[in-house]
Amino acid sequence: MATRTADLTQPIRLQADRRRWGEDVVKGVLALCAVLSLATTVGIVVALVLPSIEFFRDVSPAKFYGGTEWSPLFLDKHFGVLPLVSATLVVTAIACLVCMPLGLGVAIYLSEYARPRVRATLKPALEVLAGIPTVVYGFFALITLTPFLKTLGVNVGIFNMLAAGLVIGVLLIPTVASISEDAMAAVPQDLRDGAYGLGSSRLQVSTRIVVPAAISGIVASYVLAISRAIGETMVVVIVAGGVANLTADPREGALTMTGFIAQTGIGDVPTGSIEYKTIFAVALTLFAMTFVMNLIAIRLVRKYREIYE
Amino acid sequence: MSVAPVSVPAPIGKRSRSAQVKDGAFRAVLLFSVAVGFVLLGWLLVTVVRKGLPYLDSILFTNVNSTNPDRAGARPAILGTIYLMVLVLLMAVPIGVGTALYLEEYADRNRWYNRALEINIQNLAAVPSIVYGLLGLAFVARGVLHLGFVLLTGAIILTLLALPILIVSSREAIRAVPDSIRQGAYALGATQWQVIWRQVLPAAIPGIATGSILALARAIGETAPLLLLGALIFVPFDPGLFSHFTALPVQIYQWIQLPQSEFRGLAAAAIVVLLGLLLILNAGAIWLRNRYQRRW
Repeated sequence: MATRTADLTQPIRLQADRRRWGEDVVKGVLALCAVLSLATTVGIVVALVLPSIEFFRDVSPAKFYGGTEWSPLFLDKHFGVLPLVSATLVVTAIACLVCMPLGLGVAIYLSEYARPRVRATLKPALEVLAGIPTVVYGFFALITLTPFLKTLGVNVGIFNMLAAGLVIGVLLIPTVASISEDAMAAVPQDLRDGAYGLGSSRLQVSTRIVVPAAISGIVASYVLAISRAIGETMVVVIVAGGVANLTADPREGALTMTGFIAQTGIGDVPTGSIEYKTIFAVALTLFAMTFVMNLIAIRLVRKYREIYE
Repeated sequence: MSVAPVSVPAPIGKRSRSAQVKDGAFRAVLLFSVAVGFVLLGWLLVTVVRKGLPYLDSILFTNVNSTNPDRAGARPAILGTIYLMVLVLLMAVPIGVGTALYLEEYADRNRWYNRALEINIQNLAAVPSIVYGLLGLAFVARGVLHLGFVLLTGAIILTLLALPILIVSSREAIRAVPDSIRQGAYALGATQWQVIWRQVLPAAIPGIATGSILALARAIGETAPLLLLGALIFVPFDPGLFSHFTALPVQIYQWIQLPQSEFRGLAAAAIVVLLGLLLILNAGAIWLRNRYQRRW
């Protein structure tokens, strides 16, 4: 150090000698990448809204959202979307009955009961469930689950909402489990230690300390699961049936919103035709439903992060 | 326990019998929750393999689809899926990593637009995949880009689908790089991009690669958006970038819809191929993670 003689009477300038334009260019390019995701959202909204506006010029929103008869492709056209919405809700409700308790159970097990090594192997193994393409679940529900339900004595049709809902429920278990478990992991250990110190059992700590403390994350996972179930397509296209049917009986088949979009959109639908516009009006309704739920879920996840981290 | 009267203190270290039973029952319920998923997974795999194995022969890989189940194959579909994989990887990784770098290294989180960007990406990850199909129908196949129902259209839409997942995992990988590495490089006079390019990115690559592969696996299994993009079509040739195309999940769906049981078998065989492909991808991701991931 001392061997180098520097003129220390002058202050040393630490700024760069010249502006590096490359730095700005790089930042711009990266920001452009980020903007693409914004463009995607804008693109989705525009793509859905424009044909929907045309659709609602032909069919009044009151008839669309209040009507109970759906036959847009027949000569005698009716555009009541309620049968599609009800089918979607029936499938979603069944899926929720499966994924909510089971997903929460898995989360509690992973967070409070499993040893670290067990957890390290179980978590990725569970992800496999979420990684299997939904067309495969549809195949399974049609070929295996529906006949199995029949042998159990449940009087289901070849196409039915029950098998669709059950399978969707199982494939959503990892979604519920991983978000809930994240929230439980964020609960401070002090809270648990306090309860154990007072003589609580593991059951009590899990149900009275950890679950209430992690509730916003658990609710977020539930909301997200509902959103996923509403948007799930291939399973319902394969097993839920292709005819609009206003019923609450899950043993019957019924056309869901996603089912209608897929079924009708498969052919080369001419732009501007009433079929084309109908698809987009249904999709806009679907998107609005999932959008609201996604925002709720995102907000709830932020909430628990803010509290504990 | 709370049930014990105060005058008779409960012995320390021993719980009442009913509490023990309750605890045991709860543990059993939890284990049941864990088991359901795996039982169904096992059941599904056994079904698919048993049904598909008789049809898993060379015809499946060499022939094009046919109305005769003895001659029907999935060559264009398998090739279509492989091409889609490569295209999605080429498009999604640079854009996804770029976005992740912007959000982690450059974006000021106090700015509303950066927060909006983050929420937007989280929302995109949960938009139903069929909606992406409609986006493709309106703006890529027709509308602005007007590419038609070709392989590239499918690849663009699957890229958009894979991006949110890829961005989230890339951000995690970048965030895991300790700040001390950045500080060290800055102290030696590196510019921000030099720090990112020579220090942060190399350290984050294992995590990014793992996340990319998993996002790719998701995109490859997607069926619904491709249905809307004209992939449910008879393709008697090997697909090219601007030719009509089909993909393995779509081919599976088409065979499931046919009434003859032979086609169900073919569907099962195609599922085995698809799952095999996904297995390779996932195994690759796990290998990468175990081989290269460092903990700081």
